[in-house]
Amino acid sequence: MLPALVGFAFLLFPLVAMLWRAPWHDLFHLLAQSSALTALRLSLECATAAMLASIVLGVPLAWVLARMSFPGLRLLRALVTLPLVLPPVVGGVALLLALGRNGLLGRLLDQWFGITLPFTTQGVIVAETFVAMPFLIVAVEGALRSADAGLEEAAATLGASRLRTFTRVTLPLIGPSLAAGSVLAWARALGEFGATITFAGNFPGTTQTMPLLVYQTLETDPDQAVALSLVLLAVAIIVLAGLRDNWLHPGRNR
Amino acid sequence: MNRMKSSLTTAVSAATALALIAGCSSSKSSDAGGSTSASASTASATTSASTAAISGTIVVLAASSLTESFTTLAKSFEAAHPGTTVKLSFAASSALATQITSGAPADVFASASTKNMTQVTSAGDASNPTNFASNTMEIAVPPSNPAKVTGLADLAKSSVKVALCQTQVPCGATAATVFKNANLTVKPVTLEPDVKSTLTKVELKEVDAGVVYVSDVKAAGSKVTGILIPADVNATTEYPIAALTKAPNPAGAAAFVALVLSAEGTAALAGDGFAKP
Repeated sequence: MLPALVGFAFLLFPLVAMLWRAPWHDLFHLLAQSSALTALRLSLECATAAMLASIVLGVPLAWVLARMSFPGLRLLRALVTLPLVLPPVVGGVALLLALGRNGLLGRLLDQWFGITLPFTTQGVIVAETFVAMPFLIVAVEGALRSADAGLEEAAATLGASRLRTFTRVTLPLIGPSLAAGSVLAWARALGEFGATITFAGNFPGTTQTMPLLVYQTLETDPDQAVALSLVLLAVAIIVLAGLRDNWLHPGRNR
Repeated sequence: MNRMKSSLTTAVSAATALALIAGCSSSKSSDAGGSTSASASTASATTSASTAAISGTIVVLAASSLTESFTTLAKSFEAAHPGTTVKLSFAASSALATQITSGAPADVFASASTKNMTQVTSAGDASNPTNFASNTMEIAVPPSNPAKVTGLADLAKSSVKVALCQTQVPCGATAATVFKNANLTVKPVTLEPDVKSTLTKVELKEVDAGVVYVSDVKAAGSKVTGILIPADVNATTEYPIAALTKAPNPAGAAAFVALVLSAEGTAALAGDGFAKP
């Protein structure tokens, strides 16, 4: 019992401490500063874009992982989820070496199209997608595996096209998990720090998201850092509350 | 089905926890002194004379720009005092000052600006700092110089991608003074958390130019090319050092500060491109 209590206190106490020390009296003033609003808007935009990119690329990938069978599939699945366990800053270094101005592919992007990703808002979205997409893939792949493939086959037998089968049969089957995975990916993107500061840099308005601003203001204005942290904490609590059926108690609502 | 889903959830939560652990351990400073400090105390017990013996581990928090010089000095300190271990942690002076005033256990603080040292002394965490070096700014460009930067004025061009340090970090504050002196408005593409990150962005050729210390350009060797900033607009930052009030190892702290201020320390710093205080 005691270790459990200690474990509980260990997880919760830091957050309580933050609430305790929070500058409640001028919270509004601290959050209404233009630097905070700019970072908040940028964070919301980038996290949403990263979530959409994760859906567009992640759902087909999850479908391949769940439905197809070919040699190397297990390895592919392991590689796809690698960013889950990879320290984000390492992801940032890898992205820099791949898509940086002097990176393997980034060099060609720069030469052929004049596109450079580092230090741009698009770079932030790329970094966030890299880190967040595996969360969505894992959720959707799990749902696809537990969904009845027979229903898809029946639809196909009855003459439905692949696309029609997917939109009318598969999507409704995996809907709740897709929603949960999307929100989880969004939340992960919103909190992304290491890959972002390494790959996309840090500049207010273009690449400085909330976590980067928290890190910077902790040195200059700790009160503002706590105020910004509270916003991210509130978002996290809302996400958890929204996901409690789909993620914390998987299967209960099926 | 449910079992599969829940085992999946377990796997994901385990993976998330792993990621958290990985993140934590990688953020800690390098730590190799655990076993050596134990042998150090026994060694010092036999060699200790009448005065306070220097033994154990000395934790030194130093500005990023001191990376090369202090690594050298730490090695020579360990050689001069067998059994001691100098643990170095390099970061932006502003970040280190915040760590110290938040109670980080350390013995010595070497800052790249008077401002961050004052932050520590006024919190009562150190007293009587001594300036041991100074540094001026220089433009660092990739050896190929893709944007053909020839001087400060080029950095104000919108076509030139410039990396600077955040303004609360000494290298950022000093660079801001340089631009003010030169009456230039420079809009960087990124504000990096410390001078070595700024230098790295130049080394990786991700930016066309960065404003770093003269000593950093020297430390980078052939990986970057330096472009001098005229003396009439250049700015200087002073490097103060102090033993911390709550140093767990006061004798070691005093000895390390003494080494930095000694002729040997001054020579090492001068060799790395630092100016005299």
